[in-house]
Amino acid sequence: MPTRFRRLVKLATVAATSLFGLCQAAEVSVAVAANFTAPMQKIAAAFEQDSGHKVVLSFGATGKFYAQIRNGAPFQMLLAADDETPARLDKEGLTAPGSRFTYAIGKLVLWSAQTGLVDDQGAVLRTGHFERLAIADPKLAPYGAAAVETLSRLGLLQTLQPRFVQGENIAQTYQFVATGNAALGFVALSQVMVDGRITKGSAWLVPAELHTPIRQDAVILGNAKANAAAAALAAYLRSDKARAIIRAYGYAL
Amino acid sequence: MPFSADDLSAIWLTLKLAGLTTLLLLLLATPLAWWLARTTSRWRAPLGAVVTLPLVLPPTVLGFYLLVALGPHGWIGQLTQFLGLGTLPFTFGGLLLASLIYSLPFAVQPLQNAFEAIGPRPLEVAATLRATPLDAFFTVVLPLSRRGFVTAGILTFAHTVGEFGVVLMIGGNIPDKTRVVSTQIYGHVEALEYTQAHWLAGSMVLFSFVVLLGLSLLNRRHARVLP
Repeated sequence: MPTRFRRLVKLATVAATSLFGLCQAAEVSVAVAANFTAPMQKIAAAFEQDSGHKVVLSFGATGKFYAQIRNGAPFQMLLAADDETPARLDKEGLTAPGSRFTYAIGKLVLWSAQTGLVDDQGAVLRTGHFERLAIADPKLAPYGAAAVETLSRLGLLQTLQPRFVQGENIAQTYQFVATGNAALGFVALSQVMVDGRITKGSAWLVPAELHTPIRQDAVILGNAKANAAAAALAAYLRSDKARAIIRAYGYAL
Repeated sequence: MPFSADDLSAIWLTLKLAGLTTLLLLLLATPLAWWLARTTSRWRAPLGAVVTLPLVLPPTVLGFYLLVALGPHGWIGQLTQFLGLGTLPFTFGGLLLASLIYSLPFAVQPLQNAFEAIGPRPLEVAATLRATPLDAFFTVVLPLSRRGFVTAGILTFAHTVGEFGVVLMIGGNIPDKTRVVSTQIYGHVEALEYTQAHWLAGSMVLFSFVVLLGLSLLNRRHARVLP
């Protein structure tokens, strides 16, 4: 009897420690806005190494993620491309209350794959002989809305609208410009910045006062209230280490 | 009116694109299908495979290659610029070209099957009656393969109406030029305008059902008339 008892205790200890281990090294699935792909991969790798938790990333359009989350998608966290979608999820009671925060502020850039086409004042918009100007669909993408706002502040919306070609999201807009199908376009600075510098083509960094800030908010979803990894990742995104990575990709904070 | 002005313009553009694609493809696919049905050339198998490619390739692959090839640095783009046509992406002409490629197998295969079903005998008989090959084609082959033409036409039209991935890649979502019904539905869904999305999407379902129902009724009636 005593041996059996001892064996039971041993078994219970093993079970308890492995359960404890599971709690410590949890897993979190994160839906990430497409424009934040590159920095998030870096942050997730660093986070996994530092915390021992596991991160599973899905990249895509924020609007699509919203529809999927409302219909039960198994994400524990959303890193949106805007601040409206997380706020809406909050209002609908689909989030962990009080978990919403701004993880990055996007910067808009007028970019061309050709060197020397875009000057550093954006004067090309008034004088340039270009056939097409690529923007992200302003109805769907915050960067598109910011581009339209910028053009209307500059008084150029009416003249340039007929030359718009619209990408469904900011990644596609970048593709239109990178392949030369549109001579220039408004894209995210994060897309053209490598190690803190714009290495290809020519660009005008749109001054922040020309449009409403592109706030990108993150939120922990309702099904992850007790998920240790989600809470840890949310904290990690606000750490100096993560912020340095986010800045290096051309976001403000 | 459940449809907005934008929706109606997208519907009209879609019908125009599908109609033109069907017309042009029937003209282009007829000689191609005829050749594929009759030839003994060793190029038959490879060319047949190329014609069928758009059926199995993901539309994003097709769209991506078209965007690159039609763009200013691509070889087709260089050609169109040389001819003074500019580049084709983001234009109705570009969508039309893409649709021709995208729907090609849906026009060629029913025609090829119809031509193969006729066999060499009726043409030999026509030749003994001193019909030239061209004569025989119009007076013998065309009437006999009527069903193939109807099937090819309907399938091409319906498939072009349902085109989405390619349009998304090379369209640029320009009202009246490249914004078709499928991309308009996508825009509604992404913008969370679910009511408008439902109206357009529901119409598409109804349209597709009616087309397929009509096709199968047509096939059955013909099957009874022509044993």
